[in-house]
Amino acid sequence: MSDLIKLSIAEAKARLDKKEISAVELTEAHLAAMEKARHLNAFVTETPELAIVRAKQADAAIGKGEAGALSGIPLGIKDLFCTEGVRTTASSKILGNFVPTYESTVSANLKKAGAVMLGKTSMDEFAMGSSNMTSAFGPVISPWKRKSNANIQLVPGGSSGGSAAAVSARLVMGATGTDTGGSIRQPAAFVGIVGLKPTYGRCSRWGTVAFASSLDQAGPMTRTVKDAAIMLGAMAGYDPKDSTSANIKVPDFAAAMTGDIRGLKIGIPKEYRPEGLSDEIAKLWDDGVEMLKAAGAIPVEISLPHTKYALATYYIVAPAECSSNLARYDGVRYGMRVEGKTLDELYAKTRAAGFGREVRRRILIGTYVLSAGYYDAYYTKAQKLRTLIAEDFAKAYEKVDVILTPTAPSAAFGLGETDEDPVTMWLNDVFTVPASMAGLPGISVPTGLSKEGLPLGLQLLAKPFDEETLVKVAGVLEDAAKFTALPTGVEI
Amino acid sequence: MSLDKDTVKKLAHLARLDLPDDELQHLAGELSHIMQFVEQLAEVPTDGVAPMASVAHMNLYRRPDEVTDGDYPDKVLANAPEAMDGFFLVPKVVE
Repeated sequence: MSDLIKLSIAEAKARLDKKEISAVELTEAHLAAMEKARHLNAFVTETPELAIVRAKQADAAIGKGEAGALSGIPLGIKDLFCTEGVRTTASSKILGNFVPTYESTVSANLKKAGAVMLGKTSMDEFAMGSSNMTSAFGPVISPWKRKSNANIQLVPGGSSGGSAAAVSARLVMGATGTDTGGSIRQPAAFVGIVGLKPTYGRCSRWGTVAFASSLDQAGPMTRTVKDAAIMLGAMAGYDPKDSTSANIKVPDFAAAMTGDIRGLKIGIPKEYRPEGLSDEIAKLWDDGVEMLKAAGAIPVEISLPHTKYALATYYIVAPAECSSNLARYDGVRYGMRVEGKTLDELYAKTRAAGFGREVRRRILIGTYVLSAGYYDAYYTKAQKLRTLIAEDFAKAYEKVDVILTPTAPSAAFGLGETDEDPVTMWLNDVFTVPASMAGLPGISVPTGLSKEGLPLGLQLLAKPFDEETLVKVAGVLEDAAKFTALPTGVEI
Repeated sequence: MSLDKDTVKKLAHLARLDLPDDELQHLAGELSHIMQFVEQLAEVPTDGVAPMASVAHMNLYRRPDEVTDGDYPDKVLANAPEAMDGFFLVPKVVE
């Protein structure tokens, strides 16, 4: 394969700006890789012709000295972001034929910065899942293989599994993800890339298919922390069309990566070391603490006492919001329709046929916890727990600057190795969900390999809207960990 | 909390999901298990704790009451399964 696909966004940008390479050349190299890696099923829709058009526009812009932050950079866009004229499915049958007539703010911002979209990446249906196995278009396969058995297909994590697989396999230089309870960070950890979930409100949610609106947040998935910082800068920004979009300036995130973390206090939450945490993950975490300590940071033990309730809280709040948000799929205005004799019958038949199992399950839970007689016992109770979880973090941040934890409790698992029990699957998100409940920014950085040769990641969390400290510390962790392993299931 | 098949049937109706009987039965088991999992929240004392609806520490701002968008019915109807003369089409609602 072409060496061009191994470049980071920062490296490619420097070479594009100096005209050592062209955007068309760079795009073609990635399109070739994408074609060769179709067995990964990372894309729901590929847009090669559109990519070449945009690459030519990028070359023209660079030629005129009008290059944007991402001019000519090939990206994948998660199939949750509405793209004008390009089918957007949320990996669901119910949106299987949906072609938006408008562009989401995040993808529009990236386009404005000159990025070249190569296609729409697969995901768990409506972003509900941690394995990418719930997509109506089939599971995404991780580009990584276990040392002991290369025949077992592994999951890339989820819900942003297509984006994760595509970035890891060098089919794109970066991709958008969305994170509701860990959907950027967990897949990033599973495939050995960087995944950044910004503070709630940093990126506009306008034009992004909604799952749980008080939690959903878009962010970049890239191979380096610096690339994540560059891409976030292009994605973020105030948007009057999203009432929860934060009206604050977007700083130069990459400029914050000074490498100097001397004196910064790193919180180590004792509740993230539950009984039964694997030795491998515990060691990874301890090593991470040592790396930051060696760079002059000060580890501080902290307590986040409501951590153990975060998952249960999440699985009331998120399904409640999902049941409400997904009420819009009615077979009338867009998406698929199954005819019925009455309007009610049309709704019920359309929705039963259009939504997959996990989505139906979550709609029903949400309907239950919001129904008369149960609302206070479940939904209001969960909202109160959410307050307590957020207060835990606020108290911790009086003492520390960032928090370091593992991203996921294990390495990637195999397709079909999962338990039928949905609660077991949800445990994947045990370390990522609490910060989501509090709206905090977080990043997963690959820092090691399991005994089976699979990537493992550590998560850093920062104060609201302090993504600058987040990427600064993440950059130091990345430099110290020197993660250079390449996925073994694809040719690179 | 354990959910029986009839409760799930009622929920499916509220959520407008036309599910076959055998799936309702299966879902009753799954949903019961999930509700048992979330039940642990009951052990946390939350008297006097304010429920959190949003983490965004901001007040919704008011925009001027002006029309800023619209006037493109064709775009709005572009994805409709059935449309006619600028309207969405549905089965007859009023006899």
